[in-house]
Amino acid sequence: MSTVIPHPTASTATEATQARIEGYNFAYLDEQTKRMIRRAILKAVAVPGYQVPFGSREMPLPYGWGTGGIQVTAAVIGPDDTLKVIDQGADDTTNAVNIRRFFAKTAGVATTDRTVDASIIQTRHRIPETPLTEDQILVYQVPIPEPLRQLEPRESETRKMHALEEYGVMHVSLYEDIAKFGRITRSYNYPVRVNGRYVMAPSPIPKFDNPKMDRMPALQLFGAGREKRIYAVPPYTEVKSLDFEDHPFEVETWEENCALCGAGDSYLDEVIVDDQGTKMYVCSDSDYCRERREAGHVGDGGPNSGGPQ
Amino acid sequence: MSARDPLLQVRGLTHRYGRQVGCRDVSFDLHPGEVLGIVGESGSGKTTLLKCVSGQMQPSEGEVAYRTRDIGTVDVYGMTEARRRMLMRTDWGIVYQNARDGLRMKVSAGANVGERLMAIGERNYGHIRNEAVDWLERVEMDIGRIDDLPGTFSGGMQQRLQIARNLVTKPRLVFMDEPTSGLDVSVQARLLDLIRGLVGSLGIACVVVTHDLGVVRLLSHRLMVMKGGRVVEQGLTDQVLDDPQHPYTQLLVSSILPV
Repeated sequence: MSTVIPHPTASTATEATQARIEGYNFAYLDEQTKRMIRRAILKAVAVPGYQVPFGSREMPLPYGWGTGGIQVTAAVIGPDDTLKVIDQGADDTTNAVNIRRFFAKTAGVATTDRTVDASIIQTRHRIPETPLTEDQILVYQVPIPEPLRQLEPRESETRKMHALEEYGVMHVSLYEDIAKFGRITRSYNYPVRVNGRYVMAPSPIPKFDNPKMDRMPALQLFGAGREKRIYAVPPYTEVKSLDFEDHPFEVETWEENCALCGAGDSYLDEVIVDDQGTKMYVCSDSDYCRERREAGHVGDGGPNSGGPQ
Repeated sequence: MSARDPLLQVRGLTHRYGRQVGCRDVSFDLHPGEVLGIVGESGSGKTTLLKCVSGQMQPSEGEVAYRTRDIGTVDVYGMTEARRRMLMRTDWGIVYQNARDGLRMKVSAGANVGERLMAIGERNYGHIRNEAVDWLERVEMDIGRIDDLPGTFSGGMQQRLQIARNLVTKPRLVFMDEPTSGLDVSVQARLLDLIRGLVGSLGIACVVVTHDLGVVRLLSHRLMVMKGGRVVEQGLTDQVLDDPQHPYTQLLVSSILPV
């Protein structure tokens, strides 16, 4: 049997950080598991958009809460990294807060709310509005990695369809949208083609974020814990949203601006503010909104406030 | 190679399910525009034979060769799977007995017809839509139901939709497995009329598997009679039906209920 070589990350981490709790390996997963996941990640980066099976581990939180994303993050994180976690664009939601605290405890890494300060960003449902750089890694939590699943329930068949580039059914689903509603109504998890080859599910991000994936300078990693798949989009890779010539891909637009920061270029959440149905629109990316407000931008404050708060 | 060469050549085709024999040593040629009927009782190996020659199931022994449009005659099971599946969804059509096997039940009639076009790279919604309308008209379906799900259609309409879905890429060879069984006689008659008209006007070669001698009398030029996995008699349809030589064929012909 081969001897287990101690991983450099593990030893340096132990020396570097005091804050993390005892009894766990650096970043929770054992080193062999991390190596296995890293191998899957390398393969995924080598074949953009291809779903690489991996031995997903039991994590201390339920499936659907980001087990895939956490395992990917645990495999790539080092003691010098700064982690940001967002859920629906916000840093202060339950899922985001707990995953951030999880890594603060098990890896002792620095965490941040600021997109520009983070070296690893784990996300669910959004891509930050602030453009990412080559020094950053974006980790997506993915519930259903297979874009063809709704159309073809057999795994053996979907694998064959990917292998043989049989992607006609994907357009069948878009055709159905247009036939029924006059336009493509799919608004999240909008299928994309990566590097002109694999059709990929971009995880449930709004289609508003699809153009950001195209030729993004940051490395994009996707982890699906329950489905045991990892896939990736390397930096500066073409990511094209599927469409028809006469019904081209379009992103959502809003007539309103953000009520807090006045942004007209970000993804807006509708917030109901009373029981009369009054509503306001605010940036879903909480860091982007705060940065703009700190820089002096002011929205109209929403219907009830009479001014910015 | 010329236009007179057979489109499909089957040689010594045998398929076994373990110790059970599905079909044994079947050979035939099919020429462009020709309709071949295969009849026999249940369990005689008709469907096994059809699956083997239509690329859906690799036979235990024997060869199936197809004359393609571009690269000459090729062994159907010798080519890559990618190429075989491409062939099956462009140059071939398969009409199933049960429309649910051949249709996508969760998408509309129009999407069902358009699927093959999208699979070969058509990316213009307007074109796909027009083509779907055109084909629904040709199989005599109500255009107003183009956006309805196949599940809301009657059995006869589902079969029509299946035919339209297969013919949209203008195939040269169509396989039909009991296309009219399970339909009532008046619907059967109209569907047969339609199939005969389309096959004749488009010059499509057909292999029709059925247990209904009326269907083969109406559709097919040549006839093969199967029993226990073997072909016991073959020849021109009228010849075989009007002057059956093999005892089993004689039994089959005499079993037709007079009206």
